[in-house]
Amino acid sequence: MKRSTIIALKVLAWIACLWPFGLLVYGAITNTLGADPTANIELTTGYNTLLLLILSLAITPLRRVWSKLSWLIQFRRLLGLFAFFYGTVHLLAYVALYAGFDVNSILADVAKRKFITIGFAAWLLLVPLAATSTNWAIRKLGGKRWSRLHKLVYLAAVCGIVHYWWQVKPGVLSPLRLTVVLAVLLLARPVLAWIQRARTRTPAYSRT
Amino acid sequence: MLIGKPPDIPSSAITPKDRYLNRRRFMKGAAALGVAAAGSARMLDVISPGTAVKAGAKLETVRSPLSTSGEQLTSYEDITHYNNFYEFGVNKDDPAKNAGGLPTRPWTVKVTGLVQQPKTFDIDTLLKLRPLEERVYRHRCVEAWSMVIPWVGYSLSEFIKQCDPLSNAKYVQFLSYYNSKVEKWSGESTIFWPYSEGLRMDEAMNPLALLTFGLYGEVLPNQDGAPVRIVLPWKYGFKSAKSIVEVKFLEKQPSTTWHEMAPDEYGFYSNVNPTVDHPRWSQKTERRVGMPFYAQRRATLMFNGYSDQVASLYTGMNLRKYY
Repeated sequence: MKRSTIIALKVLAWIACLWPFGLLVYGAITNTLGADPTANIELTTGYNTLLLLILSLAITPLRRVWSKLSWLIQFRRLLGLFAFFYGTVHLLAYVALYAGFDVNSILADVAKRKFITIGFAAWLLLVPLAATSTNWAIRKLGGKRWSRLHKLVYLAAVCGIVHYWWQVKPGVLSPLRLTVVLAVLLLARPVLAWIQRARTRTPAYSRT
Repeated sequence: MLIGKPPDIPSSAITPKDRYLNRRRFMKGAAALGVAAAGSARMLDVISPGTAVKAGAKLETVRSPLSTSGEQLTSYEDITHYNNFYEFGVNKDDPAKNAGGLPTRPWTVKVTGLVQQPKTFDIDTLLKLRPLEERVYRHRCVEAWSMVIPWVGYSLSEFIKQCDPLSNAKYVQFLSYYNSKVEKWSGESTIFWPYSEGLRMDEAMNPLALLTFGLYGEVLPNQDGAPVRIVLPWKYGFKSAKSIVEVKFLEKQPSTTWHEMAPDEYGFYSNVNPTVDHPRWSQKTERRVGMPFYAQRRATLMFNGYSDQVASLYTGMNLRKYY
């Protein structure tokens, strides 16, 4: 893929990633975020965090299935960091609009409300990933250690989805779609690896 | 602000709903220019108001000393477009989109159980049973958002007197309309339908409990529980059952839907209480609908501010145990 195409795609990706945030900012300024703007901000930022994380997790399986898509790797960091961005806005909105900056409330919530505990855990897991996302960090850690650290993204994504399930009313199935997609993407890795091992085990001359 | 004082806001001073609508439409129009490329659902609202508020039939109402004063009313648009009515979908804007098929005529309310004689009331009979009053009430959802709504109805106790309950009827149960063909979205949650709610007899006989037929001086829009519902302003909103088809009098506490779904989260009483938290979130504060995001948060009031009228129902009762 040409370098100029990648750049153009990256510009589009930045616009797409910032779009929901832009809409929220605009809505906040013009007070058009609907009946319950606080909830709107929280749910939108939360949903986009999960969505972007899931999109970033789709890249490796896609590259394994279609080698023509190997250039997608250049977008994984962008998506991951934007997921962290939305997760951070989501956390800050909680601190400001739900907890009113009251430290005692926040500590009580994190300790007592399991959906907040796991949500906070999910964000904390993303912090070292965001911190080591730079080229400098990749070089410093070395490929193997960096890869091992970044496997934490799986745990963060699972914590994020559980956070969503524990937030909705019992019986409500809204998080189901994202859960299915995430499950497929997480299972894709071992399944694809198994297929690849099965292929290399079969001697070339007996393969049709 | 509470019962006992004459209302500060005469009905004539309540901002007409169309002015609230126009305010919202203006803001939406301004925003639409900015989000032109987004093609968001809100934008479509402006160009083709398919979900625009439909004017309902007017209801003749009288003022009531039981109406709450000193609160800014929530806009008609918010009251009719931000609803929890899971039979029509679990998103807040689903009922407004999907409740159009709810058949509000003909409509009857069956009275069954421990009564002198089982009866069936036609909705139009119910509408004429007592003079319809305008009652402004605070409405507090268990999800910690709140509204102030000018309901139209009369005290539930008036209806109950007509039901002639037997002396051993200690509880009353309310069953809502359920039809899977009309309410095609009821599978979006794992709730067992029909929706069931209930009250202790003395709670139901409290003058504040409202048998409700309208809001903002008009019949209830479908998404708000047409054609008849109950409103219990001192309890979390899910207790105020919508679209009622049966009222049953019983000796024992009836099973109620949200309590069945999550017994540790939704109690039978569910009185608004800032000191008793929901297991998953605090109930100390609430978000007032319609305010800008930075001005929504406010303290939750004990019994939603109706202590004077209802606290005596619960003297000596452990409200943490009987949440």
